[in-house]
Amino acid sequence: MGNELGTEWVRLIIGLFVVLAFSQLNALFLVWLERKVAGHIQLRPGPMEVGPHGLLQTIADGLKLVGKELITPRAADRRLFVMAPVLVFMPVLVGFLVIPFSPELILRDMNVGILLIFAFSTFTVLAILAGGWASNNKYALLGAIRSVGQSVAYEIPLLLAVLSVVLMTNSMRFSEIVEAQSKVWFIFLQPVAGLIFLICATAETNRAPFDIPEAESELVAGFHTEYTGMRFGLFFLAEYTNMFIVSAVATSLFFGGWHGPLWIDFKIPGIFWFLLKTYILIFVIMWVRWTFPRIRFDQLMNFSWKVMIPLSLANLLVTALIVKLV
Amino acid sequence: MNIVTLTETSAQMAFWFLVGLTLTGAAIAVFPRNILYNVLGLVLALAGVGGLYLSLGSLFVAFMQLLIYVGAICIAIVFAIMLSRPLHLEVPRREVPKVAMAVVASVVFFVATVGVVLRTNWVPAAERSSDWSVETIGYLLITRYALVFEVISLVLLVAIIGAILTAGFSRRLSS
Repeated sequence: MGNELGTEWVRLIIGLFVVLAFSQLNALFLVWLERKVAGHIQLRPGPMEVGPHGLLQTIADGLKLVGKELITPRAADRRLFVMAPVLVFMPVLVGFLVIPFSPELILRDMNVGILLIFAFSTFTVLAILAGGWASNNKYALLGAIRSVGQSVAYEIPLLLAVLSVVLMTNSMRFSEIVEAQSKVWFIFLQPVAGLIFLICATAETNRAPFDIPEAESELVAGFHTEYTGMRFGLFFLAEYTNMFIVSAVATSLFFGGWHGPLWIDFKIPGIFWFLLKTYILIFVIMWVRWTFPRIRFDQLMNFSWKVMIPLSLANLLVTALIVKLV
Repeated sequence: MNIVTLTETSAQMAFWFLVGLTLTGAAIAVFPRNILYNVLGLVLALAGVGGLYLSLGSLFVAFMQLLIYVGAICIAIVFAIMLSRPLHLEVPRREVPKVAMAVVASVVFFVATVGVVLRTNWVPAAERSSDWSVETIGYLLITRYALVFEVISLVLLVAIIGAILTAGFSRRLSS
């Protein structure tokens, strides 16, 4: 008993270190990828100077951010201002606990894994609110308020879409949901829920075309206007890590997780398929950002309350009926 | 010191840490005159309660606590703050009758809760049932505790109607 607990602790500690290292590396890579994708979509090469095809550019940028002075505005609320960037990163790290990279590679396979991710994602919104409010800047405050309104509006259809998958599998455990897709991926059985999930996930991570909390053409930089140096860096890291988490959740809920395509055993470890699908989804999210213009705030709200929520409710109802009848 | 007692002590320490967190959060929720601090204090207190559920071994209830109370209720309170007076204006003083009423209400609630806690004959969970899964909770919620469940949703309905009325009323006044 004692020995088992010991190994469990060691497992958790090693896992946490790996998660920390991975989330930083992943964010560095994603920032580079975003700049490359944006560049090529706009018919320019993107960063080219540092490293092959600019691969080391974000590391240089990161070093620059670490070296910069941390400025706290005089009128800011000091405590909250300092706390917000730390708080924004916490839920992101917790999310890694339950993501099923492969049948063996789950840090903690909880029976309510899905709930964990959504329960902690609230803290991101609260951190953005605290940071935006503490900055004592009208653009920051407006960005923070928009972020709260947006996240409430899009969390409802997001959860309803997830609920239809949970109804089909009778489980909130990630490994069981992925296992249930060994034959058919849920994106084929639940295309509406999958689409709703992807749209709402884009909105929840404040990505264009739903990036009105930081809309640079109207709000300077939104909630992080007053942040400098690595405090701004933490918000940035959290956004990109959030993107990874959201894509990973979408992969395991709708795109078959660690299962390969065509249901053929390629003798390739599951983690390869998982990461491949996750990064393809991330690429799609970036593609969307550089293709569509930002929508207005009233359009955003109307779209959620008048289209997404009724649609996801109807989808849930139909799913429940079919599950009951079959 | 072997590893079992070590785990035991750390569990005890985690419990008291969570209790401290909850009480600190509750104090922040009540005393400062900055309404945003109050909300964040409330978040801390409710998250602390969620942590207590976690230390009692119910992941499901703990996450539901976070999802509903932090994710829904506190965000709803943030919306209410957006409708309230600007924060840079001077805060009106706390009126004595209001404070007295709040104290009386909380004392009554506290006494009632403590009374129920003291009168209940507590049986360890393991002796009452061995099945504490999410399925059982869901089953009980729509069978044995269906009425309680419905009454809670009635409270939410009243809150929604109240919010619509308040918002509509103030909008009519300003136009």
